[in-house]
Amino acid sequence: MEHKIKKGILYVALVVLALSCLLPFWLMIVNSTRSGVEITHSFSFLPGHSLKDNWIVLFDYVNLFTGFFNSIKVAVPATLLTAYFSAITAYAMAMYEWKGNSLMFKVIVVFMMIPSQLSLIGFYNLCQKLRLIDSYVPLIVPAIAAPGIVFFLRQYTKSTLSKALLEAARIDGASEILTFHKIVLPIMSPGIATMSIGAFIGNWNSYLVPLILLNTPRKMTLPVMISTLNAATDLQKNQGAIYLGVAISVVPIMIVFSFCSKYIISSISAGGVKE
Amino acid sequence: MKAFSIKDLMKNRNNAAYLFVLPFIIVFLIFNVYPVLRTLFLSFTEYKGYGDPVFIGIDNYKRVVGDKFFWRALYNTIKMWSLNIVLQLGLAFLLTMVFSDIKYKVRALPVFRAVYYLPNLIAATSVAFLFKTLLDWKYGTFNQMLLTMGVIDEQVNWLGDTKTAWAVIAVIQAWMWFGNSFIMLMAGVQGIPSDYFEAAAIDGAGRWTTFGKITIPLLRPILLYIAVTSLIGGLQLFDLPFLMNGAGGPSTQGAPSGTLQTTVMYLYKFGFETHQVGFASAIAYTLFFIILFVSIMEFKFIGGKED
Repeated sequence: MEHKIKKGILYVALVVLALSCLLPFWLMIVNSTRSGVEITHSFSFLPGHSLKDNWIVLFDYVNLFTGFFNSIKVAVPATLLTAYFSAITAYAMAMYEWKGNSLMFKVIVVFMMIPSQLSLIGFYNLCQKLRLIDSYVPLIVPAIAAPGIVFFLRQYTKSTLSKALLEAARIDGASEILTFHKIVLPIMSPGIATMSIGAFIGNWNSYLVPLILLNTPRKMTLPVMISTLNAATDLQKNQGAIYLGVAISVVPIMIVFSFCSKYIISSISAGGVKE
Repeated sequence: MKAFSIKDLMKNRNNAAYLFVLPFIIVFLIFNVYPVLRTLFLSFTEYKGYGDPVFIGIDNYKRVVGDKFFWRALYNTIKMWSLNIVLQLGLAFLLTMVFSDIKYKVRALPVFRAVYYLPNLIAATSVAFLFKTLLDWKYGTFNQMLLTMGVIDEQVNWLGDTKTAWAVIAVIQAWMWFGNSFIMLMAGVQGIPSDYFEAAAIDGAGRWTTFGKITIPLLRPILLYIAVTSLIGGLQLFDLPFLMNGAGGPSTQGAPSGTLQTTVMYLYKFGFETHQVGFASAIAYTLFFIILFVSIMEFKFIGGKED
């Protein structure tokens, strides 16, 4: 009996904690459907009727869909580049013997530990020299070299790919690159998918680098656009519109998460049990 | 040059590896290695963002060391990180204990895990905006809820008061990251053979003894990993305090009274607002050496002896 009560208390505590994770998002959704006056006078857990008005106020000020598509334009190619080039690099490091392999591995480990603020100023300076300020190129092309993901996929390849399989392909006369595309990529795909989802979310949420690189308002990615919201609107009058803006930025990620939470969770678990 | 052709190179199939890693290496050298070295170079110069950098030796570093605002920013950052890591790891450990308990056999781990992780998924900019609006002094929903429940008598200026603002940031950080730590710890626990726990149970070890003597020591590598990555991330804290400061819009001033000004905000101020790029670079490297030092300490303390 005592056991059951304790277990009950435990579940209540776990549910309360879960609610604390969800409540701010629920309030966000509720408030985005309520008028500014309603929000400032009382709180409610139930939606109101002002979604359309808030929408008009918000989009009068800024077209968030522009930011939304800009973010897609950056995050999708960056993720694809990361996925493909991390896989081929990791494969070469895991399955071939070549000079410099172990040196490269060490350099990658060192760069995984280097905080990104260390390169921020040099990176900006480089983009100035290459005349890439206000361009998407420095937000996309560097995705080809993702040390952390190469590190993970290298371990992953070593544990999932057998040399015998590669030998068989070679005896059949397949070229090295064909072997990679036809045999290795499919076998590595669960690991690549896991890492890609993480990379996509990282790209999608990235703030500091787009903030320093992009000047033109209509080029801004979603997080940068969101951060300009209260610069012009009167918070007091339009809180509903601000909640709606935040909701528009959050809901797509929540939808993605509800479909692939399994992969996301396993990518974090993988980070923990690397060695 | 005729001797060197792709065809010759491909004769030894291990040479294919060079072609495979080539794109990575080129981009890595340009966008990862060069910026790090360029920042190092600029840290020894006076540079306004245009024209040519003028070499001035270690003057920038002298200025960083003597700059009380740099140390204040570092203190603020560490203060926020410390409260955050205590809450984050404390909660993650409690949850790991609950979900790995062989007596209670708590169900629905995947559901709880996903919900606890959700806040980590949302862009820090959106989280910042959401909480800034919810915590609004006069009209925020959070104060209204507390007033209705009778917890407080009058609105608390969460982000405007020097006593609460930094703690609010730390709590939000912990809220964003405890799920992540929990998932990693849980993955580690699931990797421990169940015989260990059964043996401990047969020996009559209690819950806390099992946790202290078996679980924690075996989780040490993961704990180290969390501590180091959290430190590297935590000392780079930028988005939340930059956007949630007591001032109106995004600002590097860290209002109220500079208590929210972190080292990266300080770096940003000089690198991208007042254009003292050399000084900002020196701040970046000083911060790097501090992170390196603390990471080594973490390795010593948590990593312990290799046995």
